[in-house]
Amino acid sequence: MVALMPVGNIGRSVPRLESRAKVMGQAEYTHHLRLPGMLYGKIFRSTLPHALIKSVDTSAAKAVEGVFRVVTIDDIRTVIPHPYYGPAFHDQPVLADGKVRFAGEPVAVVLASDPRVAEYAASLITAEYEELPAVLDEVEAATSDICVHDELKPAATFPDLQHLKGRRGTNVALDYRLVRGNVEEAFAAADHVFEHTFRCQQAMHTPMEPFVSIADVRDGRMTLHTASQGPSFVRIEMARLLGWPENRVRVKVPHLGGGFGGKLYIKLEALVTSLSLLVQRPVKISLTMEEQFFMVTKHACTFTIKSGVNNDGKVVARKCRILWNGGAYADIGPRVTQKAGFTSAGPYDIDNVEIESLAVYTNRPPAGALRGFGAPQAAWAYECHTDLIAEALNFDKIEFRRQNLLQEGRPQASGTPVHDAAFEKAMDQVADRLDWHKPFDRGNGRIRRGRGLAVGIKGITSPTTSVAIVNLYGDGSCGLYIGTVDMGQGSDTVMAQIVAEVLGLDAEAVHVIHPDTDVTPYDMGTLGSRSTFHMGTAVRLAAEDVLRKIDDLAKELGLPPNSNLPVSEMLRKKYGMQAGNIIGTGSFIPDYKKPDPETGQTPKATPFWGVGANGAEVEIDTETGEIKIVKLVSVVDAGVAINPRAVRQQVSGAAIMQMGFTMTENMVFRDGQLTNGSLADYKIPSLLDMPEQFVNEYVESRQHSGPFGAKGTGESSTIALSPAIGNAIADAIGVHLTDLPLTQESIFRAIQKKNGTPLPEDDND
Amino acid sequence: MTDARTIRFTLNGAPVSVSVMPHETLIEMLSLRLELKGARESCGQGLCGCCTVYVNGKSVSSCLYLAQLVDGAKVVTIEGINDGAELDPVQQAFIEVGAFQCGFCTPGFIMMARELLDVHPNPTEDEIRHYLIGNLCRCSAYPEIVEAVKLAARRRAAGTTPALAEELSA
Repeated sequence: MVALMPVGNIGRSVPRLESRAKVMGQAEYTHHLRLPGMLYGKIFRSTLPHALIKSVDTSAAKAVEGVFRVVTIDDIRTVIPHPYYGPAFHDQPVLADGKVRFAGEPVAVVLASDPRVAEYAASLITAEYEELPAVLDEVEAATSDICVHDELKPAATFPDLQHLKGRRGTNVALDYRLVRGNVEEAFAAADHVFEHTFRCQQAMHTPMEPFVSIADVRDGRMTLHTASQGPSFVRIEMARLLGWPENRVRVKVPHLGGGFGGKLYIKLEALVTSLSLLVQRPVKISLTMEEQFFMVTKHACTFTIKSGVNNDGKVVARKCRILWNGGAYADIGPRVTQKAGFTSAGPYDIDNVEIESLAVYTNRPPAGALRGFGAPQAAWAYECHTDLIAEALNFDKIEFRRQNLLQEGRPQASGTPVHDAAFEKAMDQVADRLDWHKPFDRGNGRIRRGRGLAVGIKGITSPTTSVAIVNLYGDGSCGLYIGTVDMGQGSDTVMAQIVAEVLGLDAEAVHVIHPDTDVTPYDMGTLGSRSTFHMGTAVRLAAEDVLRKIDDLAKELGLPPNSNLPVSEMLRKKYGMQAGNIIGTGSFIPDYKKPDPETGQTPKATPFWGVGANGAEVEIDTETGEIKIVKLVSVVDAGVAINPRAVRQQVSGAAIMQMGFTMTENMVFRDGQLTNGSLADYKIPSLLDMPEQFVNEYVESRQHSGPFGAKGTGESSTIALSPAIGNAIADAIGVHLTDLPLTQESIFRAIQKKNGTPLPEDDND
Repeated sequence: MTDARTIRFTLNGAPVSVSVMPHETLIEMLSLRLELKGARESCGQGLCGCCTVYVNGKSVSSCLYLAQLVDGAKVVTIEGINDGAELDPVQQAFIEVGAFQCGFCTPGFIMMARELLDVHPNPTEDEIRHYLIGNLCRCSAYPEIVEAVKLAARRRAAGTTPALAEELSA
């Protein structure tokens, strides 16, 4: 092997490779892209949450000067005979097909060269409906006679959904179960049993670059330019929809203006693909901020958690029942249901666990992945529940957790042993930053103070594959070909650091080729904190393959061992001029064992564990319910931080985002209609919402199976942040809120109720 | 729809004339007709700051500003705040501190931060937060943005960078 100079790319806060382009406003986004002859599509949407379509009148729209075409599902069907898509279920029509299942569902599209013309014409379309009763709440939908879909249609790619095929008369799209030990016997034997129910609200990703896709069919091929986190999946699913081989579909993704799990799987891609095929022109659809609320959302859920606890503080049994509000189309909801389900008993070592996690269709906008894949909703329940138990039994909140936290090598509820998961260390670091063991003044007048902490666990979607290509050109400079999408998390930079470390280069000198499925190899998707671990490993393997090939070339050229002749010289010797390549490839799929379908038990449920602990200190005006987050602490286990600044930014950015989902963000529905779908009414965090003291750190640790000891960390600080704040509020006012978000109003209502002066509508028990 | 009208104005120091429709917004004209990429329409309601540009030296949300209103005005976008060779001190500070993730909102923040430093050359943290309240960053690079503005203020005070573009002295 060629001797390497240690260059120190790992553990270095390399500035983002694209920094200059971003501050100059020159970075490429699909948002800006225009193609010659391109048409803009504007969507006409349903006004009812559940209805049969009797007729759609497009005549006025067609009459508008400049309108190229108005399209409904009947037109789509002329080019795509079965126009249904989705990663888990083939349940979503390209445009509404005889029925609308949520208010805001696309029913028709107007195409025009001028987007303003298309927008105006779309406003002239009318539809007549036969209204059906709608079901919006997940608890009601789980047993309702009102069915969002007549029949379940699982995609063939998900073996664990096949038992649902053809099932009728239900809204339950996945019934995940995990059984360990015997909870009922353990409850009966336990000294104490506690049961609580918690709820999370529907929220939205709100990327600043709204959803946008362009499809361009020509010469028998389909090219998509799309703001997607999963170009490989887009190609596979579009090829399936078209009935074409994968090599006739090309998917290109530049930088993304934020994704957060929203821009995964199929969003606008099926629609623009169908439209371009229909009219044989490039078609672009860009959503407005308001329309984003109808694309994909974060699951609302209802979680009932029951625990058996002994006097010595040991949790002996836990039963979890979670109903996930998946909205009208399954998207990746069944995976959220399963993945968040299997860690829903928390990061605790409990011998008897029973989990039931149900994906439920409702007549709301679809829900999918959002930064944490359901883990934050689960932790909201189990970590508030943990504090409630500790308070009831007068246990110290940290010591109670410590006594039950999963330790190295112990089996998690799925039976998978826990390795390299620094729960306790992260919790202790949070406690330290909160000065937990020092006296704390809670106040005794109008202003009350409280503090809380929480610990979270997340499993990683598995098994998933990443493939990477490292290419040394004739002059020895390096290109890295990967399907990982840089949506702001800094993956280009981190992957360049990994290549550079192996090859003895500077990360800054590596060029990262952005996803283009004609050029870059397969990657399952940029999601679920998987890229650093999976793609990072594939990149490391590809770079090591390059080293082997350099070694082979040296032997072929008869060079003495360790000659250290530069690659450019070696290639010049071989080809007689500056020419040729050295191409290394690497692919990675972690070990995985399918869980037992009855018990959910498996020795390998996840390639690594997401670990985050959070703490909060709050100040509450008890006369108004106004809350101030004085201090917010997040500590994660990132393994070895390849780029320390990028890790801290992920921790901090994810914490603020989750603070939004905790305090303000809430999609409010009335009669199935979204009432606050714009940035004017749906409030995401701004600079003024930043906590006075804001601490974001990672513990010293190592993920032994990860590239250079690293693991993913894009979601870790989201997991337990909501319960940290909820527990701090309870510490201040003496009452636990059970429903997110924790608004001033909900805090005020809780205080009034506790004081025996409930507001009229809360005076029901 | 009504007829287009030709307007003339100065864009990043150079005279331009563009035929625009009465309903056309400034952001539409800049991105669709003039092919500039730095100002971006996101919320379309003047709430997120992604489309911030200067008109006659004052920041505006170009998604709410009719294009025809810039007839005769001086318009400056992120593309016009440096001379190409050297970055503006605010841009430089954003890189050094790492004050962005996805970068979509970044030009808007930089435009507002420059204006802030003209009004308050040595802003307090509170002044920074309040002045930039009309800019949203969903990646939440807020702590770094505040640091970058402070760093840029120190650099400008120390005079370690070239004099600021005169386009702000409208």
